[in-house]
Amino acid sequence: MSSFPLKIGTPDGLLFEGDAERVVCRTITGDLAILAGHCNYCTAIGMGEAHVVFGDGTTRYAACIGGMLSVMNGTCRVLATTWEWKEDIDKNRAEDAKRRAEERLARQGLTDQEYANATAKLQRALVRLSVKQ
Amino acid sequence: MAANMKAVKLRIKSVQSTMQITKAMELVASSKLRRAKERSDQCRPYFRELHQTLVDIAEGNTDFSSVYAKTSSNERCCYVVIAGDRGLAGGYNSNLFKALEAAAGDNRDYVVLPIGKKAVEYFQRRKVEILTEEFATVANISVADCFEIARLLCREYREGRFGHIELCYTEFVSMLSQRPEVYPMLPLTDLESTLNDVSGVAAPDGMGQNAGSGGEQKRVVRDLILYEPDSSEVFDAIVPEYLGGFIYGGVCDAVASELAARRNAMEAATSNAEEMIEKLNLSYNRARQSSITTEITEIVAGAEGVG
Repeated sequence: MSSFPLKIGTPDGLLFEGDAERVVCRTITGDLAILAGHCNYCTAIGMGEAHVVFGDGTTRYAACIGGMLSVMNGTCRVLATTWEWKEDIDKNRAEDAKRRAEERLARQGLTDQEYANATAKLQRALVRLSVKQ
Repeated sequence: MAANMKAVKLRIKSVQSTMQITKAMELVASSKLRRAKERSDQCRPYFRELHQTLVDIAEGNTDFSSVYAKTSSNERCCYVVIAGDRGLAGGYNSNLFKALEAAAGDNRDYVVLPIGKKAVEYFQRRKVEILTEEFATVANISVADCFEIARLLCREYREGRFGHIELCYTEFVSMLSQRPEVYPMLPLTDLESTLNDVSGVAAPDGMGQNAGSGGEQKRVVRDLILYEPDSSEVFDAIVPEYLGGFIYGGVCDAVASELAARRNAMEAATSNAEEMIEKLNLSYNRARQSSITTEITEIVAGAEGVG
């Protein structure tokens, strides 16, 4: 299969730069796969599992949260807020985060902001756990 | 003579203690700088890709239905100014403010979102409208804070409090050189105009060549970009992310620049102090010598008088 240049970046650095055959990730409207020869394209990334099939045929899974995905003149750029490879995810930490978020949500009298924060935290933890399993 | 000697000695002592302070500050700055530089290096590729992507989008965009994409009729500008928390960093802060004043020109009607204590103080003194003072210490700004700033900016932008957002920070070029810069961030049409400026600057030789490239630019048919589900929804989702990422990149660079500027300033101060001490030592020794000479002359004269 033909491949295309792919760049994956987060504010913590450029995680991957090289050739890939396929990128699959969850956007705000649902799962999406990018193959070589895609037209110029831009969308926003939601929260969910992503995986990349590299030029040599290996596949890596990752948890991908927020950001944007763009294809410009054949180059695909995934600029995510968080992108964690499956093997880098700390399961215990994610479980702790999930428990804490659930405890917070169970409490009464949360402000809208606190509620939104806790829900977002819970969602992130769930995404990480689902990728890890 | 004895009085002079004492005065010089005191002066040497005071210069020495100042030198101790500047030296310590230099060491602190260089150890912090290493970490800050690592962070900035790490963030730089993301920052560059983000900017490049947005410039590409701005260039190819033909859909101006989103509030972030179309040219704004509101001339009012909001500057996000990232300065330092402390002084004693050479011209770091004042150069940045000068660059900002130059960018704003005669137009005094702007809002600022200062990051860093020095920026807050400066704009309070100038009585410029400040959006929020919540992010006063630049050293404690995290990625999450940057995204919060971005959300705040987007909300105010949508409400129409200002029509342009620009980022003003000091770019970390190298350990020895830092350059204050003002970058437009919103609306996206502003990004496109900087692109044209840059290409104009890049090819300054020969008017004919410039005219040629200008004509070519007009001839190029804009590459159409597919947005899913549609451009305004995509922009609503990515613009806060983009602003947050961009501000975070600016903060990383600004912190590294501040420390580098402080280290350089303190290095210069230390070497100046060393020079001063050398000179003072010389004059101290001279004073000592001449006082001894006077004493000897006096003793000899007295002995001759007795003999």
